[in-house]
Amino acid sequence: MEDLKTFLIHKVLLFESDTLPAETEKVLQQVRRDKTNVPVIHISSNTSSIIAGSEKTLNAVKTYIEENEPGALTVMVGCSGPANYEPMVCIQMPGKNKLFFRNITEEKVEALLNGVFHNDINEDDLLGQAGTRGFEFWPGISFMDELPFFAHQKRVVLGNCGCYDPESIEEYIARGGYTTYVKTIRHYTYEEVCDIIERSGLRGRSGGGYLTGLKWKQALSTSSNARYLICNAKESDPGSFSDRTILESDPHRLIEGIAIAAYAIGASNAILYLKSGSDYARKRLQSAISMARDYGIIGHNIYSSGYNLEISLKQEPGAFVCGEETALINSLEGKRGMPQLKPPYPTTSGLSGKPTVINNVETLMNVPLIMQNGPEWFRSIGTETSPGTKIFSITGRGRMSGVVEVEMGTTLGSVVEDIVDGIKDGKEFKAIQLGGASGTFITSENLDTPIDFDAMKQKGFGMGAGGFVVIDETSCMVDMVRYYMEFIRNESCGKCIPCREGTGRMLEILQSVIKKPVNEDSGTTLERFKGVMQLETISSVMKDASLCGLGQTAPNPFVSALKHFREEFEEHIFDRKCRANVCRGLRTFLIDVEKCTGCTVCAGKCPVNAIYGTRLQPFFIVEDKCIGCGICFDVCKFSAVIVR
Amino acid sequence: MAEDLDIIIKKYKQGRREDLIPLLQEIQAENGYLSEESIIKVGGHLGLSTTKIFGLATFYDQFRFVPSGKVHIKICHGTSCFMNGSQSIIDKIKEELKILPGQTTRSGNFSFEIVSCMGGCFHGPVIMVNGEYQIHVRQEQVPDLIKKLKFIIEND
Repeated sequence: MEDLKTFLIHKVLLFESDTLPAETEKVLQQVRRDKTNVPVIHISSNTSSIIAGSEKTLNAVKTYIEENEPGALTVMVGCSGPANYEPMVCIQMPGKNKLFFRNITEEKVEALLNGVFHNDINEDDLLGQAGTRGFEFWPGISFMDELPFFAHQKRVVLGNCGCYDPESIEEYIARGGYTTYVKTIRHYTYEEVCDIIERSGLRGRSGGGYLTGLKWKQALSTSSNARYLICNAKESDPGSFSDRTILESDPHRLIEGIAIAAYAIGASNAILYLKSGSDYARKRLQSAISMARDYGIIGHNIYSSGYNLEISLKQEPGAFVCGEETALINSLEGKRGMPQLKPPYPTTSGLSGKPTVINNVETLMNVPLIMQNGPEWFRSIGTETSPGTKIFSITGRGRMSGVVEVEMGTTLGSVVEDIVDGIKDGKEFKAIQLGGASGTFITSENLDTPIDFDAMKQKGFGMGAGGFVVIDETSCMVDMVRYYMEFIRNESCGKCIPCREGTGRMLEILQSVIKKPVNEDSGTTLERFKGVMQLETISSVMKDASLCGLGQTAPNPFVSALKHFREEFEEHIFDRKCRANVCRGLRTFLIDVEKCTGCTVCAGKCPVNAIYGTRLQPFFIVEDKCIGCGICFDVCKFSAVIVR
Repeated sequence: MAEDLDIIIKKYKQGRREDLIPLLQEIQAENGYLSEESIIKVGGHLGLSTTKIFGLATFYDQFRFVPSGKVHIKICHGTSCFMNGSQSIIDKIKEELKILPGQTTRSGNFSFEIVSCMGGCFHGPVIMVNGEYQIHVRQEQVPDLIKKLKFIIEND
């Protein structure tokens, strides 16, 4: 192990030419396990696959190997994207292409491995094969990159995710990692690095789309005895998990990106600000940082370049607003995470009053690639004003979900159609919600918008952290708006009045719209109607008068939903009905006399005992008692319960 | 516990304001919650008033001031889980345990909290019972789950 370390440092990291000699390449091939004499089984290991049961799969594979195929290797890899295929297993037989299988739960392991080892592959769980030249094909099996999910993506930033063991720095170096960083600190000046990034046109991926190179230059040109670089890995929007996937699948490239960025602004202290509760990511990062320190990649006088760098890991204590730059700095200083008026911007006066650059994970992941391939290469991807790619975490009702990366300029519609592959269970598409809790709803008429900072801004959409929720007809828009508003109300820091009071009032009105009416007279209808008009006023006040982005963008879901789904709001207010049958207060249940067999299941499960009847005779529901929970609807095997 | 507290506090010798949040986080990781005693001690070490520390700790969601129950349930309330019906699960758990999120039952057996996204979006609603994930939970399963957990606690 020690030999490999000195070998990698001297023959790879400190090697000055671009092409490595053949003998070095040979060793690296071994480290990468390109050519193996034993079967290698890769099992995805990250939060989303652990939830799906990959730890149990790993144990089952290990037991199988011990009993039947001693000598075979198991490797834990990161996530390659499709969350609905987790736990994914990839098997590499000696000299042959890799085979990928989906949804391999514990009980499927034995049959799967039996099949692969005896050349009888189960086609049901098979996804496809992947490999490079020099390997034997599996005849009749399609390639992974031909799958629609992968074919329409451009995986540059996510290129390493799911391919290597994130807990092995050796493998990352063998894949060409950290060489760019070592070259950068040995041969470039601070200004040159900032220049390259500025010329590449890389824009901050967290929403605003500010030029990263420019931001760095501002910090660099502010004279100070210390500067800080903060990597904002606090994505706490409900339903976005792309940063976490990166942290868990490719921690080393992020560390390389942080290190280069810190060098570019002349900072010797970098802070990785991590979301609370992401314990798995924290463990991976901690081990990645200590490995990098062991290899001398961070530390004192790195590779005799005279540059010192220390990366520390800070965990955010759980407040949504801390994603905002000034609030983040406050929380790092041990204060309440409340935003402050800007200017001064953090680039001139940030953490402890020193110039501070805050970049998010996705932006920093691009940095090593740009330094490696040059700014022209980066400009060749994406559009004129927004070069590069964009990562989205797709959730909701689509047939596919997971982390995807598309080239800038791709239309939203093509993401929905080609990558997400339509809607589950043949339901009707309704909208997508882009940009997390304060994002906008985008209906099918706007799906031709290209993914590009300026084009989106023109139409009033924000990409935010890349949350991409696919919504179908089974979701009620009023309820969705209420959900987002409830989230923001809970997370509003309370510093400025428009946000603190506005979110509370907005939530109150939305709740009254979907609440079960006590007595139905015209007075309450008018009240609800007036409420929605007040919502519009509150929205505009919040947008203009709130202190930070949280309050300014909080009304976005409501404003866009009202614009596109006005009739749905009106139905809730006047007709007192919810067309998706989601709003509890507005739905009633009935039992179809013809279909009911009198099995008594629903009566037993009803939490308020609202269902009466005699066994083997049709039952009935007492409407006054019914709370609309829908348990009877879910448990009835004869679909005799009708919702209205 | 008092000795543990001293050991943790000693790690932050310089006693700067920046150390406050990591210090509280470490104490919580060790003890499961922030006791009155620990807040007073931290205040003494950092030279801050206890009200200031309490004010800060209540601002953040992560900190608890009562010990968590023997069984701690986390419910994911991210967008995807919400669309798959996590709201009804939260309501059902509230009804079964008769507590609000962040509280602990009087017997000290159960506590539950709502988290914004656990990352199992395709398998929602996801809940986590003492570190073990359960996926595709339906609201009608909740009473049975609680009954089962109660049985396990009582026979332990």
